[in-house]
Amino acid sequence: MPDRRKNIKSSYTSERSVPGAFEGETVTRRRFMTGSVHVFGGMAAAAFTLPALGFALGPVFEQDEIRWEDVGATGDFPLATYVPRVITFTPGIGEVGKTTVYVRRHNPEIDPPKKDRYDNFVAMTTRCMHLGCPIRYIEASQRFVCPCHGGVYDFQGKVSGGPPVRPLDRFYTRVQRGRVEVGPRYSVNSELRRFSPRDPGEPLDGIGQYAYPRRPSTAPRPKDAKRS
Amino acid sequence: MKLKLPKPPVPGSLMPRPKRPGDGNGNGNGRVSPAEQAVETAKESGITAVDWIDERTSLSGGARWMMFRKVPKGTNWFYTLGSATMFAFLSQAVTGVFLAMYYDPSPVRAYESTRYLTNEAFLGEFVRGMHKWGSTVMVILVFLHMARTFFFGAYKYPRELNWVIGVVLLILTLVMSFTGYLLPFDQRSYWATIVGVNINGTGPLMGPYLSDFLRGGSDFGATTLSRFYAIHMLLVPGALAALIGAHLYLVARLGTTAPPWLKAEPSEELRRSKV
Repeated sequence: MPDRRKNIKSSYTSERSVPGAFEGETVTRRRFMTGSVHVFGGMAAAAFTLPALGFALGPVFEQDEIRWEDVGATGDFPLATYVPRVITFTPGIGEVGKTTVYVRRHNPEIDPPKKDRYDNFVAMTTRCMHLGCPIRYIEASQRFVCPCHGGVYDFQGKVSGGPPVRPLDRFYTRVQRGRVEVGPRYSVNSELRRFSPRDPGEPLDGIGQYAYPRRPSTAPRPKDAKRS
Repeated sequence: MKLKLPKPPVPGSLMPRPKRPGDGNGNGNGRVSPAEQAVETAKESGITAVDWIDERTSLSGGARWMMFRKVPKGTNWFYTLGSATMFAFLSQAVTGVFLAMYYDPSPVRAYESTRYLTNEAFLGEFVRGMHKWGSTVMVILVFLHMARTFFFGAYKYPRELNWVIGVVLLILTLVMSFTGYLLPFDQRSYWATIVGVNINGTGPLMGPYLSDFLRGGSDFGATTLSRFYAIHMLLVPGALAALIGAHLYLVARLGTTAPPWLKAEPSEELRRSKV
């Protein structure tokens, strides 16, 4: 073995006595052809795989637009109870794209002070923050109740029992010419601080706000809206 | 080249009777009725056709390798659970193809087309029923097959890779169940999908993005249904079929295990030499 190790092979094909070698050639033609076939094959495969993959992944990065939906005159909504209204959250797909929201006027006696001009009316989602079942408001107990796994929320939407991980999501509301309009959804933590809309089941207190980051697909908040 | 397969184990009474000497081939009275000749030709033509294909593909070797394998002593009915699962899959594939002829995966038409194929299409209720109940049967069979493999120790060397493929097949089967559940597009499927996607979303860091990928957007939207439909009838079935092929290949290559209650018997020679 030591003899062979001393006998280092030349990098030139002509010196390795490869048949038909060219002057100064270091890569054999066979090796070159193998390499090119691999490279071109890889390029051909990537040419259809990458666009297809991007096509499938595109919606993850496509941002929704802000949509405002008229839900009624400012006088329609009382201070002490919720009024259900149906809005469209995805246009063009019929009944499936609609959802109910519960709307009431901002009540200074129980609500924290208004954050900005999008806080004059409180619009509550009907998606349970446990796993997204449809909740409903029970007038007698002034609570929101979920039929699936027993989640209960108080009048402010804060969790008062069951498995939900955070208070009910809300919608930005604004008043245009005496009409109340419901805009993009946002999530809140247990101190009612605003966050970009998260899916149900994702806590926003403590480490939760970092474990469930903002998604690039959700609609942005209105420009002058404040977080807290 | 004649195809020669081993004779199946048929009881003697059912075996075809050998020809009586003197009948047929010439050396007796030499008479062959036209009917007998026709039957003989028909029998030959089938073999000729198979031979024609075999001469050009050499498939018979592979078929024989796959079908006429040695099985260990003690092989019992539990060993049929894998085949049962595969037939459940085939039934799902066939009924699924025919359901796709009526089904329309658009959010406004899906429920109506499901209602039509269930209530009005000829045998629609039956075929949809087979697909619906068959999916449950398949999941149950997958788990029974997995339990058999586990309790018989059939996942051990050299069959670990087959266990891994089997686990991937289990996951793909559950993906099929999950995506198929949305397709009737009634209240139950809609809310079950909302809940299912949100369960996916509770995985930290990647969960929210996985949910967006499944729904094709930040919320249940226009493309969610067609996305689930494409995953359900194109993406996953292809992967399932390919992996079932690999699973079967490994079963044939490695053979099956004897049940654990059987002790290995040393060969006669070895036993004598020890004494």
